[in-house]
Amino acid sequence: MKTGSAFSREALKRFALAAVCLLLFAPPGVAAEEASADVAARLKALEERIRALEAELAALKAAQPGAAPAAAPPVVPVAAVAAPVGAPQGPTGQLPVYGGASALAKIFNPDISVIGNFTGAIGRNPLLPRPALEMRETEVGFQAVVDPFARADFFLDFSEEGVDLEEGYLTFTSLPAGLLAKVGKMRTGFGIVNTKHNDALPWIDRPLVTENLLGGEEGMSEAGFSVSRLLPAPKDVFLELTAQVFRGDAGDVFQSSRRRDVSVVGHLRGYGDLTESTNLELGLSYARGHNDFGSTFTTDLYGFDATLRWRPLRRAIYHSLLWRSELVWSHRQEPLGTQRAFGVYTGADYRLNRRWTLGGRYDRSGRARDAGLTDNGFSAVVTYWPSEFSQLRWQYRFTNSAEGRNDNELLLQFLFNLGVHGAHPF
Amino acid sequence: MKILTFPLALVLLAAGAGLPSSAEAADKPKVVTTTEDLAALAREVGGERVEVESIARGYQDPHFVEPKPSFLLKLNRADLLILVGLQLEVGWLPPLITQSRNPRIQLGAPGYLDVSQYCEILEIPTVVITRAMGDVHPLGNPHYWLDPQNGRRIAEAIRAKLTDLSPADAAYFQQRYEDFSRRLAEAEKRWDQQMVPYRGQRIVTYHRSWPNFTRRFGLEVVDYVEPKPGIPPSPSHTLELINFMRRENIKLILVEPYFDLKTPKAVARETGGEIVVLLPSVGGEKEVTDYFQLFDYDIQLLTAALERAK
Repeated sequence: MKTGSAFSREALKRFALAAVCLLLFAPPGVAAEEASADVAARLKALEERIRALEAELAALKAAQPGAAPAAAPPVVPVAAVAAPVGAPQGPTGQLPVYGGASALAKIFNPDISVIGNFTGAIGRNPLLPRPALEMRETEVGFQAVVDPFARADFFLDFSEEGVDLEEGYLTFTSLPAGLLAKVGKMRTGFGIVNTKHNDALPWIDRPLVTENLLGGEEGMSEAGFSVSRLLPAPKDVFLELTAQVFRGDAGDVFQSSRRRDVSVVGHLRGYGDLTESTNLELGLSYARGHNDFGSTFTTDLYGFDATLRWRPLRRAIYHSLLWRSELVWSHRQEPLGTQRAFGVYTGADYRLNRRWTLGGRYDRSGRARDAGLTDNGFSAVVTYWPSEFSQLRWQYRFTNSAEGRNDNELLLQFLFNLGVHGAHPF
Repeated sequence: MKILTFPLALVLLAAGAGLPSSAEAADKPKVVTTTEDLAALAREVGGERVEVESIARGYQDPHFVEPKPSFLLKLNRADLLILVGLQLEVGWLPPLITQSRNPRIQLGAPGYLDVSQYCEILEIPTVVITRAMGDVHPLGNPHYWLDPQNGRRIAEAIRAKLTDLSPADAAYFQQRYEDFSRRLAEAEKRWDQQMVPYRGQRIVTYHRSWPNFTRRFGLEVVDYVEPKPGIPPSPSHTLELINFMRRENIKLILVEPYFDLKTPKAVARETGGEIVVLLPSVGGEKEVTDYFQLFDYDIQLLTAALERAK
């Protein structure tokens, strides 16, 4: 029913637009009378075509099996059809009015979502400074199918510093040989936490290993290509290999001083269901690019991640447990030798009931530029959901910096969601 | 460009490793459905000439399914994806389809079948909706398979689609569909007869899962345990509900198997009412393995409870 009528309405709309074009671009230099006679003739022809189309539409509607009257959206030919018929000639002619007239006019608009992320902080932490109160980020998402071969996703971040394209990429969904390709700006596929947006994290902040080894506060995000493929594996094991090539500028990790200084990332992801409600995911990551000492100095990153999930299907909205760890090794070439730093976090989140989740995280990470210095930390997190679309979170964060400082902080966050936010990848 | 050899090598290695999926996709069309109800209907029509698998289990809340990578493997091999639509699966299906690497089942492709467009849909909002109303479904109530009439419509839509995919089996699917339709008509008579004595009975349900079911069988849903769709029970609403049920002498609370029974139990205790854990889907209990058993099970439980409440 919907496809049939949508198609016909689309045809009507296209036809109406063509009619407007015809009227606006009637050949100049013809005698006025001749022109109006010509137009009258055309209008008559057009009217006949409208009638024919309407009849076709009615036939289509009637032909639909099981078409329920209740489900039928009102088929309104909208302004687009009325305009050309009543339109006076010349550029003052009324153009079809889009917006407001009917939902039909908006049908090809992308899904739009806005996520507000408001944070507050009490306590001191010179290592990871945050303002007392901050509208930290407003993430606006535009997502839609582009054509039969691809879809596109855009995520813009509005913050006090300005606007930033967090991600904006095209995904080719219809490639042969089990390939999935992305092109655009995207979060680097190194490990798990780096690929996630702030609103999808179980914490208010990001782990120390992100801060110290993987590009700073917001992690690594770059312009480039990504190709991934399913690999042959034992039955019911999901094995996916991703290869990415980026420009070579990622946070403070990679810096490109020539065009050929691209960075590359590889990720191998294995997943298996242990039981109906428990599953295990393991990953290996590698990234290589040039650093700020110039083209002859590279930084290599190696990563391992493990995630164990438990979620009983009958009570999926009430209870779940997720445990995740990531280990990262950074080898950064410098004129005086290579800095070899190691970082790790391990954290778990337990959903107590429909509204409350408890979580904790342990952090330990060396610093990429001074591997001899290691920061430690611990966080306890409580999250409350008034509904699916908003959440309130408290995080107690203890940081023991390499310089010997011990900092205690209480972080607070409100997250709220407007519009159709596409589901997050698993 | 030495640095580029790494990803190139990876991709070549992967390409050389052979196709993981399509090799085995030969003979029978593979059908993946989002829920077990659709799987049951697809089996009725497709019989042994198709392979049918469901993503969600019948005892699981179909709004909240985790998009696990193991489902990607199923979707990757599918020739046909059948979904409930009306945004029931909006929280988990889109990323699975995108990552399925299967052009056959992308939105708009021949292997993408949203059966809601063939069914009678209730509760289509007629006013401007906002999320202040809770998690309302802007396109109408997605639990429409709980009216056997819609079950027949779904089966017909599946028959037409399977015929397109496998024209050689057209007669087989037609014959199976007709047989299903005939058996369903017989069963409907039986179910209607069983429910006739309780027409007009007023009940409370946990979530808005039952408009098609209750309309078909003449029950009247007067309130919900959830204050608004998708919003967990609140103390104030629960208190109002208890008072309302006492005042109006309403005794029955229908609960889906995936909701917590704590609040319904408290309400039942306070009002002298009874909880019936009714199944919205095939597979909600082990013994309920097809579309007929779903209604048999529900109607048997319901009539027994309604009899006691009389």
